[in-house]
Amino acid sequence: MSTYILQFFNGISVSSILLLAALGLAITFGLMKIINMAHGELIMAGAYVTYLVQNIFLSFASKDLFDIYFIIAIPSAFLVTACIGYLLEITVIKRLYGRPLDSMLATWGVSLVLQQLARSIFGAPNVDVKSPGWLEGGILVMKDLQLPYKRLFIIVLVSCCIFGVYYFLYKTRNGRRIRAVMQNRSMAQSLGINTRRIDAVTFALGSGLAGIAGCALTLLGSIGPTLGTSYIVDTFMVVVLGGVGKIIGTVAGSGAIGIGNTAFEFFTNASLGKVLVFLTVIVFLQWKPQGFFKISSRALDE
Amino acid sequence: MTQFISKLRTGIAHKNTAVIITFVLLSIMPLFLSDFRTNLLGKFVAYAILALGIDLIWGYTGILSLGHGVYFGLGAYCMAMYLKLEASGGKLPDFMSWSGQETMPWFWKPFEAAPFAILMSLLLPALLALVIGYLTFKNRIRGVYFSILTQALSIIFVVLFVGQQAYTGGTNGITNFKSIFGFSLSDTSTKLGLFYVSVSMLLLAYLFCNFIIKSRAGKVLVAIRDGENRARFSGYNPAVYKTFVYCISAALAGLAGAVFVPQVGIISPAEMGIVPSVEMVIWVAIGGRGTLVGAIIGAILVNSLKSGISESFPSIWSYFIGIAFIVVVMFMPLGLAGSITQVKQKIKQVLAWKERKYGEGIPDTSETL
Amino acid sequence: MESILNINQLTISFDGFKAVRNLNTSVKTGDIHFFIGPNGAGKTTLLDAICGRIKPAEGSIIFKGGVDVTKMSEHQIVELGIGRKFQVPSVFMGITIHENMELAATKKRSIYSSLFSKLSGEQLERIESVLNTIGLYEKRYRTPAALSHGEKQWLEIGMLLVQQPEIMLLDEPVAGMGRKETEKTGELLKEISKECSVVVVEHDMEFVRECAGTVTVLHEGMLLDEGNMADVQKNPKVIEVYLGRGGE
Repeated sequence: MSTYILQFFNGISVSSILLLAALGLAITFGLMKIINMAHGELIMAGAYVTYLVQNIFLSFASKDLFDIYFIIAIPSAFLVTACIGYLLEITVIKRLYGRPLDSMLATWGVSLVLQQLARSIFGAPNVDVKSPGWLEGGILVMKDLQLPYKRLFIIVLVSCCIFGVYYFLYKTRNGRRIRAVMQNRSMAQSLGINTRRIDAVTFALGSGLAGIAGCALTLLGSIGPTLGTSYIVDTFMVVVLGGVGKIIGTVAGSGAIGIGNTAFEFFTNASLGKVLVFLTVIVFLQWKPQGFFKISSRALDE
Repeated sequence: MTQFISKLRTGIAHKNTAVIITFVLLSIMPLFLSDFRTNLLGKFVAYAILALGIDLIWGYTGILSLGHGVYFGLGAYCMAMYLKLEASGGKLPDFMSWSGQETMPWFWKPFEAAPFAILMSLLLPALLALVIGYLTFKNRIRGVYFSILTQALSIIFVVLFVGQQAYTGGTNGITNFKSIFGFSLSDTSTKLGLFYVSVSMLLLAYLFCNFIIKSRAGKVLVAIRDGENRARFSGYNPAVYKTFVYCISAALAGLAGAVFVPQVGIISPAEMGIVPSVEMVIWVAIGGRGTLVGAIIGAILVNSLKSGISESFPSIWSYFIGIAFIVVVMFMPLGLAGSITQVKQKIKQVLAWKERKYGEGIPDTSETL
Repeated sequence: MESILNINQLTISFDGFKAVRNLNTSVKTGDIHFFIGPNGAGKTTLLDAICGRIKPAEGSIIFKGGVDVTKMSEHQIVELGIGRKFQVPSVFMGITIHENMELAATKKRSIYSSLFSKLSGEQLERIESVLNTIGLYEKRYRTPAALSHGEKQWLEIGMLLVQQPEIMLLDEPVAGMGRKETEKTGELLKEISKECSVVVVEHDMEFVRECAGTVTVLHEGMLLDEGNMADVQKNPKVIEVYLGRGGE
């Protein structure tokens, strides 16, 4: 019994990370119909920022202050990756507006460069990030069932982010502007909304979220230049499955993929597990090809 | 003089010139290259066949497949199974016994026959493409969504092939071949023969693709690329056409794999992954999408560069290819072939002006270039 | 005259909003039938339903007293003989004008035919004559990228013509055109109607007056009035809802 609960809990934990990773992607995709193939590298960047913050604390701060580093690392990761995302948008993405397939290729190029940069700066092997002391151990829920604090913390962190994003998008003026551009770009433009700035800011926001995901990942294991590639395809699948434009879709999608992966892996083995998840997605898409839009414009093909 | 210039003008303008030059060059290259480099060029020619398939679906039909390595790999594995069985003399291959496999798996047996293996290397990828195509295109899954699914497909296959070590050789793949059709693979003459087989296959593939492109079906493909819904309202069923080219491109990838494996001597799941699959697209992007000959040139050029650069500076290659991706897609969407066409236009204009000038013997006052 | 299209109790809704409500009307064979009405009346939605772009919630659209096209997919409806021209001109930019026409002209649209069969001499002649009618003969080997907005509209109409449909659906064919171009389109329309029935959605009242056979006025998804232009124009309800509101 406790094994099942543990598996389910692990599934939720995996889903929550996927959700954080996918949220940024879903927002930018909903806004600009661009899939950023370098999104995984933004996650990696967030993880490396955490690593750097840890090192700074190790070199310059006293031992008792060390555990605080993680609190500083989260917003640092967000800011740094948001800046990278902003730069990416104004140099590359902006010029490829209306060419989603080409954007995939160009951002793939960016991901190659970023990965190589990580290798050159930090070295190819994985590095360890020591988790703060207050996250060691876990809650003893039942006899022989311990839910690790790290995973609980991640779930809490992700929930905070979701609420934060929800609040920003639905309760603030800027959020409303972003949603306006998402729903009807030309109309928003004629209402005086600076869509260029919205694009850049939203892309930065999405990238920042990826950075937080990377920060969270340092709690779960060592990090390296290929961190992004292990998560990215699952993240894409979440976006495909969950559809675009509604946060709840992304939540549902990551839940499905995360729990699905864990479950199938548990019942079969890792390789068959992935195959089954993929097949399930394809079958599901037959029944409900959600995630692409009803033709609702006067123009036939945009 | 006028006659010479007009002939020059028609010659340059003729689309087939680039193709003819390419194949002539390929055929005579072995005279100038060492055996090692000829073998390498043969590998690139295999890649060029693959690139033709990708140009067909991406350049002409607008389908971006980021997982075509799967089809390439399937074709290569089919051929590899035949080569492996020939090397072990029909007995259990070495990697199987190492993995604890006691008997020959039933699906390996038929690959002892070369014709079967070759047929399978074309048919198997095409069948998989048929299934995938039917499940996606019929449901109007397209664009970015389709590309993502192809990536997932690629990962699935890599995981599958790595996991089933007893049947596929796992991460190490299948290697240690001895001969093909009785000819020893270590002989220089065999390698040269394989090179020319590759070039002939490339020529056949080119003629085949060209036939499709020039026919009305080719125009429908471009129409689907430019406006899929509009094509639908012109009475064409895009799902059927897309599945058709997707299968053709998969078969071409399989052919490329079959030609690749005897020359390179190994196939592993690494060739089927996302990274090589995306790189295949950039060959076509650099060479010039939607031109067929651009795909060939792109594949050979980029891979030659990769050989050259990675040998000496491996990390620079990553930067190079990454930046090439970005620059070509952003600033040179028509690739090299597109730029060459622009140069050709300019030359045509100059020659037209010169023709008028020499033809009439009177200075042409309306000099418009 | 018999009906080429019978629209029965058609209801189309988008997420609960009823764009077309319980519409009953018909289009007679060989007629030029205009649908007019204020924006949002459901005119384009009606065309979308006929050509298969949208499926209705209720009702049926019967073609030539036989099949219900609401059950068919877009390309099948085209093969039946229903052709649609869209509001925003959409032609294929990557191929030449002549090739655009070739794609439209053939009745054989399977892969096998597209690969191996050539257009007959008769079809090629027809393409040429239509190209001449729409005035694009000289430019036929260029791509449509070089065409003006009006020329793109004509190319689309030309492609429809060469398809030889039994009924043509035109959505605001003179939108964005000047006086002269509109007149020319009107003449084109009259030529077209000699060979097939035409359904037009338009706002330009001059144009409607010149060309219309039957006029149907839609308002908020329902039929307000139907008849010839002279009668409809006099209907006070129509004037209040539409014509009196500054319509041309």
